[in-house]
Amino acid sequence: MAEAAESPGDPRTTSPRPLFAGLSEISISQDIPVEGEITIPMRSRIRELDSSTLNESVQNTIMRDLKAVGKKFMHVLYPRKSNTLLRDWDLWGPLVLCVTLALMLQRGSADNENDGGPQFAEVFVIIWFGAVTITLNSKLLGGNISFFQSLCVLGYCILPLTVALLVCRLVLLAKPGPINFIVRLFVVIVMFAWSIVASTAFLADSQPPNRKALAIYPVFLFYFVISWMILTFTP
Amino acid sequence: MAAADELAFHEFEEATNLLLETPNVTTVSRSDQRPPEGHVAVAVGPGGSYGAEDEVESDKTALLQEEQQQPGFWTFSYYQSFFDVDTSQVLDRIKGSLLPRPGHSFVRHRLRNRPDLYGPFWICATLAFVLAITGNLTVVLAQRTDPSIHYSPQFHKVTVAGITIYCYAWLVPLALWAFLQWRKGVRERMGPYTFLETVCFYGYSLFIFIPTVVLWLIPVPWLQWLFGALALALSAAGLVFTLWPIVREDTRLVASVLLSAVVLLHALLAVGCKFYFFQPLPLEHMAPTHQNTPLHPHMVLTPTLPMPTTA
Repeated sequence: MAEAAESPGDPRTTSPRPLFAGLSEISISQDIPVEGEITIPMRSRIRELDSSTLNESVQNTIMRDLKAVGKKFMHVLYPRKSNTLLRDWDLWGPLVLCVTLALMLQRGSADNENDGGPQFAEVFVIIWFGAVTITLNSKLLGGNISFFQSLCVLGYCILPLTVALLVCRLVLLAKPGPINFIVRLFVVIVMFAWSIVASTAFLADSQPPNRKALAIYPVFLFYFVISWMILTFTP
Repeated sequence: MAAADELAFHEFEEATNLLLETPNVTTVSRSDQRPPEGHVAVAVGPGGSYGAEDEVESDKTALLQEEQQQPGFWTFSYYQSFFDVDTSQVLDRIKGSLLPRPGHSFVRHRLRNRPDLYGPFWICATLAFVLAITGNLTVVLAQRTDPSIHYSPQFHKVTVAGITIYCYAWLVPLALWAFLQWRKGVRERMGPYTFLETVCFYGYSLFIFIPTVVLWLIPVPWLQWLFGALALALSAAGLVFTLWPIVREDTRLVASVLLSAVVLLHALLAVGCKFYFFQPLPLEHMAPTHQNTPLHPHMVLTPTLPMPTTA
């Protein structure tokens, strides 16, 4: 009995047996079913359905993108460390915000072609080239964030400053004077701080630890310039 | 056996002392299996004077530069090597530019022949924006005392400031470097600075103008000129002390012409910025009739002094 029951998995005592050595003793008869069902886990089935979005209605598509953008806006307004902005980046939000800012800021008062606020193109270029430069800077310093993720974060964090611009526009409808200016200054400063905090919460982790200040300073300069443009806006 | 004593591990005291002094220096451990030709031994030389270490350091820098040029200029890591600085190093370099000392070249002493592009680029950007913003702020402050002055955001000044500062910080070092390369044959001992080192010390020398420009908000004219002169003196002194080791071996004529040209250009920049961005305020009443084309911000190619519209 002991001989018959040689343990196949004991290489030290017996000589190694060839693999599947016992298979030749099995005969496949008609009774053994060789068919069945392969069940796949739920998650990949959903992914398979997602990729065929061609058949859904346009409203579904638009609402899905709008909801994604809206969710990111919420993340910016209540910044806590989360990966949503980084993981599912998109550039719709930054585009909308940038165009809004540029449209509202363009050509504030001018009695002269040269003086006056920025043109639409100047605001657009400052925002996009500023964001690209900051992204390149952080990548050159050794940060491990991808190009578009960083653009996404920087663009979405302009949201508080856009809100500040809308508030300033409303405040400017009232009587001009020093109180007017103080209110606008206060609003812009608060929103500037909010933007910095929000973008730092998302970007700081991706930088090497002894270079964080080097990577954050350009962000500070960027939002400072945008705040300055908002503060000096006079219709 | 005497051989065992020779085989015992001997601590290199001078090396550890040097490491203690300069903790940021890259060192190579002997246990690396890589071939030694690209590496630099910690040079043990006479301790105090930097003059005697010139040759050793120029050998070191030659080796380091060879090593740095190995990634091609089309790769990203080539440019990453110019941003290989920590926060503390950048702050240290800024401090070094604020307080120039005679006999201590900025490139040798602070950069340790490892230039970076982070400092020059962001110092120039900050200076350009600060110039435009404070120039605008003076109009705001003046308006509070004299309500007849009309305030306007003057955004075109940002463009002008940016172009001026960046052209200065890149074209002047290019010209200087080209000139020094041309005169290379005259010098025996010192190799010239590389282009990046030149750009680097020019960029860091502009840092002192940032607080100066902010201080120019104070509307007292003689105080503004005092601050300007101080900043110019410190900045130009830094440039001269850095260039002196290279230039002193040249003929007297060339040396004096070069140094005075450098100082003069620097002074021109400072005075030009003062006049253009901080115009004396009665001139605001006469709106200058620039008949520039609608493409005006992009057609300003040369940083010129404004035509003085004296009454």
